[in-house]
Amino acid sequence: MFFTEQHELIRKLAREFAEKELTKELQEEVEESGIFPKEVLDKMAKAGFFGIKIPKELGGQGADARSYVLVMEEIARVSAVASLYVSSPNSLSGGPLLLSGTDEQKEKYLRPVVTGEKILAFGLTEPGAGSDAGGMTTTAVEDGDYYVLNGRKTFITMAPLSDFAVIYAKTDMSKGSKGITAFIVDMKQEGVSCGKAEDKMGLHGCATSDIILEQVRVHKSNVLGEINKGFINAMKTLDTGRMGVAAQSIGVAQACLDEAVKYAKERKQFGRRIGDFQAIGFMIADMATKLEAAKQLVYKTAYLMDTRQDASMNASMAKYYAAEVCNEIAAKAVQIHGGYGYISDYKIERLYRDCRVFTIYEGTSQVQQMVIAGKLLKK
Amino acid sequence: MKILVCVKQVPDTNEVKIDPVKGTLIRDGVPSILNPDDANALEAALQIKDQNKDVTVTVLTMGPPQASYMLRECLAMGADEAFLLSDRAFGGADTCATSTTIAAGIQKVGNVDVVFAGRQAIDGDTAQVGPQVAERLGIPVVTYVEEIELGDGKVTVHRQMEDGYEVIEVRTPCLLTCVKELNEPRYMSIGKIVDAYKKEIPVWNHMDVELDPKDCGLNASPTQVFRSFTPPAKGKGEMLSGSIDEMSAKLVDKLKEKHYL
Repeated sequence: MFFTEQHELIRKLAREFAEKELTKELQEEVEESGIFPKEVLDKMAKAGFFGIKIPKELGGQGADARSYVLVMEEIARVSAVASLYVSSPNSLSGGPLLLSGTDEQKEKYLRPVVTGEKILAFGLTEPGAGSDAGGMTTTAVEDGDYYVLNGRKTFITMAPLSDFAVIYAKTDMSKGSKGITAFIVDMKQEGVSCGKAEDKMGLHGCATSDIILEQVRVHKSNVLGEINKGFINAMKTLDTGRMGVAAQSIGVAQACLDEAVKYAKERKQFGRRIGDFQAIGFMIADMATKLEAAKQLVYKTAYLMDTRQDASMNASMAKYYAAEVCNEIAAKAVQIHGGYGYISDYKIERLYRDCRVFTIYEGTSQVQQMVIAGKLLKK
Repeated sequence: MKILVCVKQVPDTNEVKIDPVKGTLIRDGVPSILNPDDANALEAALQIKDQNKDVTVTVLTMGPPQASYMLRECLAMGADEAFLLSDRAFGGADTCATSTTIAAGIQKVGNVDVVFAGRQAIDGDTAQVGPQVAERLGIPVVTYVEEIELGDGKVTVHRQMEDGYEVIEVRTPCLLTCVKELNEPRYMSIGKIVDAYKKEIPVWNHMDVELDPKDCGLNASPTQVFRSFTPPAKGKGEMLSGSIDEMSAKLVDKLKEKHYL
């Protein structure tokens, strides 16, 4: 309903790539080493996965939001962590530059990110400012042609792997979220350091850490967008980001459903396939129904974006519903696997851990509910 | 230099089931794909194009209108242009009639230096169309090509044999049929998919390629199929590798996974 033949061909590419390149062996290796191999990232870049909806003149592929959703879904279906590498340049890293960057900034920072040569991190969250991003305490004080940044960003995806970061900091402490400005910071610059990589529950193979800023001097040419308008830039970026997490969620949920169906057909107890018991059959029916509903919500969000309609509330709905449903489907899939679902030899164990963060990052489910309710109750 | 690659849209035989009573293929709901050997042929052409800027790659197929989807896939891999031979008059063709139509299409494209084709299609497995096209065009053919080197007015190829290979030099224009050992077909890219949908794919009927309907399709097909049947299925084995200890550990794991242990 929402897709053209062109979209189907893009889905085909993403599916073939995922099934052929993101093998079980590769994933086991990533899970163990915590490192995602560069060769695979290079192949992803060549297939155009890092700049899906970025215009061609900026080094991107010139496709649309629906194409982005399809690639995310198909990659996440095979490897959730691999889909993080797709989402980052397309949304959180690429987004702020695409929205507010000058031509020079786009050329210098966006192009190498979407072609896979460089990695850029998105630094919004702080130890004391998560859902309440406006409550951040990182400061940027003007000093001649420079701003001097001090503060600490936390849970920053790919921070230790990054070449640059977009850092949000307060340029006016008296104005709350209206006193925030975005800066492009070189990660090798003096005063910038990373905390140790967090030991996460899932999504192993993509390091997350703090970024610490101590007297970091950022030239005014690296101010991204207007002074004190950084919060709007962050929120707009998050619309695409939320749709990306929603797409990840339907991909992982599909993988969980596939595993559950396979196991329910294979496993025999009391002399028959466990899927033939109504208790299991109905569970699978519920999982499939909720997944289908989530998919339609995600696809519609992308469709609204592509047709230049307001997609903000839909993005929150899609993120909220798809992430919650994915966790529910994963939990049921583990239940269907019984004891084997608790053993790491089985794929479902990793899926269950990987998807737990979906209801948390890029706006918790509760923040999405706030956004949705806020829009409905505004007038 | 112009390279033309003959491609075919085929049912994905991994997904095809065979009607046990009638012995025919059940094609309902089976996805159509680019014939695997043809993908290798296209990759060979694209590799030559990667190294020589003045090379253009054209793809040509005969099939129903929906075969344009596969042609877009070829464009998204890197082909420059695509043509579709599609006409009711072409329907029901065996290899003999197919080669007449394909050869007429190649002549209509014109000035082709090298024609590539896959060794055979996975739906018919005849491996006849390539050589027949060469015959109709009056150009030399080398089959089972596993390595290609382009020269001036000639091509040097390795021709796969059961116990080795032959090295053959052939003048152009010529036709080469490729085996899958030749290369690993590349992926499409998203940007090229976007571009592929901006291109026009001309559709040619019998008049466009100056063929009389009596010389195409079912009318010109002497082949008659008496019976199709499925050879008895042989279970697919899985080879384990490594030391004896590793292999036995893997074997035990597999048996546990399947609940045999």
